Amino acid sequence: MTHDGLLRAYRRLRLLREFEERTRVEFQTGQIAGFTHLYAGMEAIAVGVCEHLTDEDRIISTHRGHGHCLAKGCDPAAMMLELWGSTDGLCRGKGGTMHIADFSRGMLGANAVVGAGAPIAVGAALASAMTGGTWVAVSFVGDGGTNIGSVYEAMNLAVVLKLPKIFVIEDNGWGEMTPIADVAGNRDLAARAAAMGMPAVSVDGVDFFAVHAAAGEAIARARRGGGPSTIVASAPRFYGHHEGDPQLYRSREEVAELRRREDCLPRFIGRVTAEGILSADEIAAVDADIARIMDDAVAKAKAGPRPVPADVHEHVYARYR
Amino acid sequence: MTIKSMRDALNEALHHEFERDPRVFLIGEDVGGFEKDGQPVEIGGVFGVSKGLYRKYGRKRVIDAPISEAAIIGAASGAALCGMRPIAEIMFADLTAVCFDQIVNQIAKFRYMFGGQCACPVVIRMTTGGGRNAGAQHSQTFYPIFTSFPGLKVVVPSNAYDAKGLLITAIRDEDPVIFFEPKVLYTEKCEVPDEAYAIPFGEAAMPREGEDVTLVAFGQSVNWAVQAADELRATRGIRCDVIDPRTPSPLDEETILESVAATGRLVVIDESPPRCGLTADVAALVADKGFRDLKAPIKTVTAPHTPVPQARELERAYLPNPRRIIAAVEEVLA
Repeated sequence: MTHDGLLRAYRRLRLLREFEERTRVEFQTGQIAGFTHLYAGMEAIAVGVCEHLTDEDRIISTHRGHGHCLAKGCDPAAMMLELWGSTDGLCRGKGGTMHIADFSRGMLGANAVVGAGAPIAVGAALASAMTGGTWVAVSFVGDGGTNIGSVYEAMNLAVVLKLPKIFVIEDNGWGEMTPIADVAGNRDLAARAAAMGMPAVSVDGVDFFAVHAAAGEAIARARRGGGPSTIVASAPRFYGHHEGDPQLYRSREEVAELRRREDCLPRFIGRVTAEGILSADEIAAVDADIARIMDDAVAKAKAGPRPVPADVHEHVYARYR
Repeated sequence: MTIKSMRDALNEALHHEFERDPRVFLIGEDVGGFEKDGQPVEIGGVFGVSKGLYRKYGRKRVIDAPISEAAIIGAASGAALCGMRPIAEIMFADLTAVCFDQIVNQIAKFRYMFGGQCACPVVIRMTTGGGRNAGAQHSQTFYPIFTSFPGLKVVVPSNAYDAKGLLITAIRDEDPVIFFEPKVLYTEKCEVPDEAYAIPFGEAAMPREGEDVTLVAFGQSVNWAVQAADELRATRGIRCDVIDPRTPSPLDEETILESVAATGRLVVIDESPPRCGLTADVAALVADKGFRDLKAPIKTVTAPHTPVPQARELERAYLPNPRRIIAAVEEVLA
């Protein structure tokens, strides 16, 4: 990767992290209504994949979707406005944290139903194939989602129709609050996908470069008509399933240890500075810029216009006749 | 203008729209065909509704899917979000239970929860209803369930003419449409124009007019209501408005309320079970907005609160019929 490419990737990684850290603070002070699921710890997966994508490529995310939105280029302020329920939010306050979408960026929505995005993204890939496009569709699904039947229906259909579709399985080891090992008959999630008849690889999801390389290969294959594939990327979830999850199922020490050993940001910084590609000053400048962007996003969200009751009735149909 | 079956009328609608718009495609089980020894073998749908499409347009636009309803609906909706005009076929309405999430949590809500950013112009066609002794899992109506979901439009034609015009409207519509085809009516015939025509949603048909009693019926029940109305008129001089809403969502409330304002008497008929269905829905509408026009309590004629039985005698006992409708009319006139 070039210097500029790595600088851009670092900006994205830091943006994803700071967005979640800030969301957590604001959520805890009661500023944000509803449930929220933080992506902190898994940033290298979304960024490693989406750095290969353009606005024409489509993605569908999960309930833990902030990272995918940002990695696909959604505006952090417009996202924060959506978390606040403002009419200036990306979905005008109708979606909230679990349904952020930005069709102008090819982001077809975070999705609150586990596994549901996989079949829909197959449809996006089908549209690409039918119209002779070179764009691809990516669905992100958690390890818990690999126990949903429709994910395998989607994989099979993508293989049968040889669609430009990439299934990214984000393995953080937990399906909500249950260890995946306790509920997966075959813990090798890549083997499950491979059994559907497509290439499937497992990568270290903490290592941006590993994800980026695997995604580059899968996406290039899809673009040239080589069909679908699966990437299983493992990375920790630094926070609970949702904000407010007391995490009785793991100790603070365990989480602290994950943060020490399995954090994609220091891992990335260590490598690019050791190789002399990015300087400590450049890293610090990005960090300061992202902090400013997040302050600005939160300030805009707090001042954002609010919906009025009549808005309930808008956007149900294009035309109800 | 020629006499055509509902199957052929629907088939014509598909051919018209495939020809008109290259974005239109069909995906479902057994809808197309396959190649054997380099020659096309056409299936054309288990009920023959998509015949000829595979030969004319090939696998690219007539996609035989695996028996994977969730993937079929997801593939259709995702393509619709990316500018295509998909038609998905689910063989029996009952089977939407295995892809319910993709329809009611996904398709029905995309436009709303994404703040109006997108349209999802997908048509989901399926057979509906009893009368073929297909038993409890292949005979349900399901259109009442889908009518309850905002974001979906719901169509159930009662004759070949309406079926063609309504399917064309459905395919051209910007919103998701759940299109129910009463399977016993596939062979029923009437005059159907050869050319394409669109019947607007939300406009009821009135196959019979009369000033004494209003009959509102859905799908194949419309035909029983018409038979009952004809017999009442011939034998007793009782005249009925028979209203076929054609689209349970959007529902033509005005036509129903205007008719009840004139007759003061209402019987609502549907082959679905009685609870939380279209009969209760129309009865509630009139109780709410037309109560002062009523001269008698509203009566409903429905299936019982049981699954659909298989044996001929039992299914006959289960489904509404003209005799039961006549008895209900006598009650509201008593």
